[in-house]
Amino acid sequence: MSDLQSVPLTGTPPEGIRRIRIPQKLRNLEFWLLLVACFINAAAIVLVQLGALGRVDTQLVLLGAGLSFLVFGLHIAMRYTARDADPFLLPIATVLNGLGIAMIYRIDIAEGDAGWESAAVRQIVWSAIAIICAIATILVIRNHRVLFRYTYLAGLLAIVLLLLPLVPGLGREVYGARVWIGIGDIATFQPGEIAKIALAVFFAGYLVRNRDSLSMVGTKFLGMQFPRARDLGPLLIVWALSMAVIVFQRDLGTALLYFGLFLVMLYVATSRLSWVVLGLSLFIGGAIIASQTLDYVGNRFANWLDPFSDDRFSAEIGGSYQLVQGLFGLANGGLIGTGWGQGRPDLTPVPQSDYIIASLGEELGLAGIFAILALYLLFVARGFRIGFAGQDDFGKLLGVGLAFVVALQVFIVVGGVTRVIPLTGLTTPFLAAGGSSLVANWIIVALLLRLSDTVRNHPRLVIDG
Amino acid sequence: MNRELKRVSIVAFLMFLTLLVSSTIIQYVQAEALAADPRNSRTLYESYSIERGPILVGGEPIAYSQPSDDDYKFQRVYANGPLYAPVTGYLPVNGEATGLERSVNEYLSGQSSSQFFDSLNRLISGQDPMGASVEVAIDPVAQQAAWDALGDYTGAVIVTEPSTGRIIAMVTKPTFDPNSMAVHNSAEVTATYDGLLADPADPLFNRATGGDMNPPGSVFKLVVTAAALESGRYTPESTFPNPGELTLPGTDSIVRNSGGGSCGGGATVTLADALRLSCNIPFAELGMELGDDAIRDQAEKFGFNSEFLIPTVTEVSTYPRVLDEPQTALSAFGQGDGLRATPMQMAMVSAAIANGGIVMDPNLVDQITAPDFTPLQEFEAKEFGRAISEETANTMVGMMVNGVENGAASNARIDGVSVAGKTGTAENGESDPYTLWFTGFAPADNPQYAITVLVEDGGGLGQEGYGNLIAAPVAKQVLEAVLNK
Repeated sequence: MSDLQSVPLTGTPPEGIRRIRIPQKLRNLEFWLLLVACFINAAAIVLVQLGALGRVDTQLVLLGAGLSFLVFGLHIAMRYTARDADPFLLPIATVLNGLGIAMIYRIDIAEGDAGWESAAVRQIVWSAIAIICAIATILVIRNHRVLFRYTYLAGLLAIVLLLLPLVPGLGREVYGARVWIGIGDIATFQPGEIAKIALAVFFAGYLVRNRDSLSMVGTKFLGMQFPRARDLGPLLIVWALSMAVIVFQRDLGTALLYFGLFLVMLYVATSRLSWVVLGLSLFIGGAIIASQTLDYVGNRFANWLDPFSDDRFSAEIGGSYQLVQGLFGLANGGLIGTGWGQGRPDLTPVPQSDYIIASLGEELGLAGIFAILALYLLFVARGFRIGFAGQDDFGKLLGVGLAFVVALQVFIVVGGVTRVIPLTGLTTPFLAAGGSSLVANWIIVALLLRLSDTVRNHPRLVIDG
Repeated sequence: MNRELKRVSIVAFLMFLTLLVSSTIIQYVQAEALAADPRNSRTLYESYSIERGPILVGGEPIAYSQPSDDDYKFQRVYANGPLYAPVTGYLPVNGEATGLERSVNEYLSGQSSSQFFDSLNRLISGQDPMGASVEVAIDPVAQQAAWDALGDYTGAVIVTEPSTGRIIAMVTKPTFDPNSMAVHNSAEVTATYDGLLADPADPLFNRATGGDMNPPGSVFKLVVTAAALESGRYTPESTFPNPGELTLPGTDSIVRNSGGGSCGGGATVTLADALRLSCNIPFAELGMELGDDAIRDQAEKFGFNSEFLIPTVTEVSTYPRVLDEPQTALSAFGQGDGLRATPMQMAMVSAAIANGGIVMDPNLVDQITAPDFTPLQEFEAKEFGRAISEETANTMVGMMVNGVENGAASNARIDGVSVAGKTGTAENGESDPYTLWFTGFAPADNPQYAITVLVEDGGGLGQEGYGNLIAAPVAKQVLEAVLNK
């Protein structure tokens, strides 16, 4: 094979045998990385069992192995339809997903849940659904520019998804936030998670279409060019939407996520810092008003500023108990952690979803947190790479938007847990228990893979053409 | 577009950098402070997560940990809780432990430095960590006998081995059940504790080694007699004037003998008779002749004004630092402000006389054994020091035996056994009930057991009760039980 590998990719091998002869270097690298990822995931589950149960239970290991098959299914699908896609995205998502399952499983053991009561089993099923959605995305969307056509449809979809939880009978309120939908007692779903993809598509499409009018015209004030009143429209609409989410769905984190996503994409598209300044002051202004008028927002700020006061710690509603328990957990982990199954993450409320990063920090220590954050950073960097290397503005913008939404979400959750910003309820991508979050993030993986494939594929397409 | 992208990626990178810094601050810089927060239940649960070692009496556990299904993993159980409460103490989920649970906590919890390799070994070999077991010196027969003999009196009994200082019985009443303080519910523990604290009978006191300490009364005459004999200026035959009343110099205070009148008749009385009949006036005279420095020196040689860890902390028995002449006279028969003694201290006085004059450090713990049965610490008898010469000791044994056979401690007599003893009836206030004492040892010719009995509140008889009536029979009953074992 060594002589075949030396064939340059840009050469023009004879027609017909090219597909066989060109070695899929990227896919081979991905294959080996995936093997490592699956090994880490299996080891994590076995270590949880040894640490918390004191024995190995093969059932869950087998379920995990089933997931590995699906991941390799995605890998194989890419060998045929996205052979030049980025080789790091899939293994990173796999490892994060697996670590999340291991920690959720560990907390199930602590809380004595098994079978369908077990959040880990549900998480595995949801992971399977999410990966299948990713495979479908890769297979259906062969060229990302298709999405450009559906810009406004995506915008409409986002708004519908956002409003769904407010529909009487369909919406469900969990921990005070009305961001869930459910039918009877069956599966609950957070449509807002999917909405962030639709929003990214809409923003990318809209901004590419209107960037000229948005960036060229405006009045100069304080050395910065501010937009015309009629161009302010989209900014105000998104701002109003975010504020509506805060007020009606009581969800500060999601609002911050959407608005941050919009601002960054707006800035990249128009290169106008004034938009960012304007947008940020709008959002901060709105948040300050909300913190004064809405109890739950005010509590979040008070907890953030002074979590250790006895008043806040022991407050029945909206106190800092969870925040402080999370800090105790992280401190208990220290530098190297207590080890899988050796800590007490179950003492913190919702240790498997909003607080999974604190749970992981307790058992894997600062070392584990650093590793996880490094994985996220690498994931985000691969997304930005698409932005840098992309050929079309829509693809660039979409790639940056999707990568940034992951980065911002990690920042909002982990920053909330570690007291950088007030704590808000958001899921940690790939790690946290929750089906909608998994499905959304795996679709993001698929979209980023598709985008990265187009980026690398481009020169050859030119030659082929 | 790429310039903006670069800036956005820098922002994203800075966001991650912030998270790295914030998690480092929590998990490294602040970790210790967070672990020390009293609200940090992880720190508490951690301390319960290993199987705490048992406290054993005669090989049987009086405190042990059994698995429990809640957050704490193990429940502490006190077998025969009230009987052994002053020995074990308790380990609450909130607040501080007491008794041996506190004083040998390092060993029980497996945290002592001598257990480091053992716990490392267990970690590597996959065994669950476990604390060391603590075997105490208490003799279950003696303990039960002391409990039974004390009956419903408020007070304490302590029995020691004169030659070693081992404490073989330590009972205090009224007491409490340490199991009630070991429940895994902080609110319940706090309520129980507050209830015990507010109880006027003070069940939380260990009256054998502390509590609201009592004046020793006439049992302190042993110390003054020792000081007199040690001075070389007195013998048991030394005589003192024998009036019916003594007005203390420079005051209106009048000292009387307990029965009223003179001490056994006659113009003078010997030191031996004054001790045998427990007369106050001759001792007041003797005390003024000796001076407070001499009495204090002797008291401190017996252990007064020193702290003893058995290894549990005990209260310091006190002889005041400065006394004027009338107060010195009062102190010579165990009264006066600031003169206070625990039963353990008085047991040390008796035990020293029984032990040829050498005071042994009192000790509750015989042996501490690791889970793999290697001894971590074995009890060794330790001398506190010599209080009196052997000759003085022998003389005093004779005087104390006479006190039981022909004197004021007659109710401690045991057929066929020679008992040495001294009673005490201490005043607490104008109309307050007396504090009743007995201290002594048996057999007098080969002392095996030193005993001190304390009964507060006049044994329920107010100012009608006296040491020989109430305390001496308790001592007799306990000594009979241990001698007939």
